[in-house]
Amino acid sequence: MSVEAKEREPLFSSKNKKLLSSPLNRENPITMQVLGICSALAVTAKLEPAFVMAISVTFVTAMGNVVISSLRKTIPPRIRIIVQLVVIAALVIVVDQFLKAFAYNVSKQLSVFVGLIITNCIIMGRFEAFAMANKPWPSFLDGLGNGLGYGMILIIVGFFRELFGSGTLWGYPVMEQLGLYKIGYANNGMMILPPMALILVGVIIWIQRSRYRELIENK
Amino acid sequence: MQDLISIFVKSIFIDNMIFAYFLGMCSYLAVSKTVKTSVGLGIAVVFVLGITVPVNYLLNEYLLGAGALSWLGPDFADVDLNFLTFIVFIAVIASMVQLVEMIIEKYSPALNYSLGIFLPLIAVNCAILGGALFMQEREYQSVAEATAFGVGSGIGWLLAIVGIAAIREKMRYSNVPAPLKGLGITFIITGLMGIAFMMFMGIKI
Repeated sequence: MSVEAKEREPLFSSKNKKLLSSPLNRENPITMQVLGICSALAVTAKLEPAFVMAISVTFVTAMGNVVISSLRKTIPPRIRIIVQLVVIAALVIVVDQFLKAFAYNVSKQLSVFVGLIITNCIIMGRFEAFAMANKPWPSFLDGLGNGLGYGMILIIVGFFRELFGSGTLWGYPVMEQLGLYKIGYANNGMMILPPMALILVGVIIWIQRSRYRELIENK
Repeated sequence: MQDLISIFVKSIFIDNMIFAYFLGMCSYLAVSKTVKTSVGLGIAVVFVLGITVPVNYLLNEYLLGAGALSWLGPDFADVDLNFLTFIVFIAVIASMVQLVEMIIEKYSPALNYSLGIFLPLIAVNCAILGGALFMQEREYQSVAEATAFGVGSGIGWLLAIVGIAAIREKMRYSNVPAPLKGLGITFIITGLMGIAFMMFMGIKI
């Protein structure tokens, strides 16, 4: 009994907390590991779809990590990619059907990008790098942390693009309320267009790497 | 015929996979360090998109869509298997990639050598699944149209990755601010290339 008690870690030990917090900061999956950009940027023209996308990806990463980590001893290594794809696809179908039932407008806005969560490299990356070698609970935290780290970037990009592109936030006309239009302010239509999302992410990376000098690439 | 050409050109320039939809960004950023490897990956993508989009089109038409099973008999006329789309498409893509790899390995060792490591990577390239899902959403009318769309988007992707690789090769000699080196500047350049590609948007075909 006492041996068992010793082996058990508290649910939120410092190691587990780090699993959750490091992807939000230094090990951010988008800016550091360059994962999951594919389905990310196209949904950030407005805050609302960006937020829904962030939640969906967090859900799929966390739940998928739990499933893969509980199955990790039974999955034959040779066919693990297919098994992982099936798990992801099943979870994404759940998310897709849920969005269609409860948030139809957002689901229409996201169009094919809900389906593209399947090929979001963050999820596969976390399965391979973490869930295949760790217990379910740390895997859950790892998935949650990475999903949130990804969502954070989406929401930052979505915030700036909606604020400066359409002058609203979550549909609420901020710029109009501030009375900026009367003194000659105009929305920057460029922000709505796809290329601006890339440039914004570039700037976020720039800021992050000037804060943590050791992350700078030498080449 | 004119329709096919217009779909083809549109999917290369106007609806470019990378600059308009950011699909396949992961491998685009990871493999674009030299022109040679990026040409290899680009050709592999054209190849796989050209095969999987028509195959998925047929599946969508005769298996998944609402009423698609009516060829089995009147009992199946109102079966809608649409919710299975994702799982079927990704399974088709994964197995197609495997199949293409095996065929190339057998009949063209030279091509296999040059595509080598890139083929398996493609199964999880967003551009491939994205191509299949866009094909479903845009409701193309025939297999020929779906093929034109698939090959066109592949070529658009090839164009983008070769372009960025060439720029990155040249950029080695330029003085980029230290925190922006590598990933950061690549993002910003892709954005600028995207702005350049946007001039095609005004063209009506």
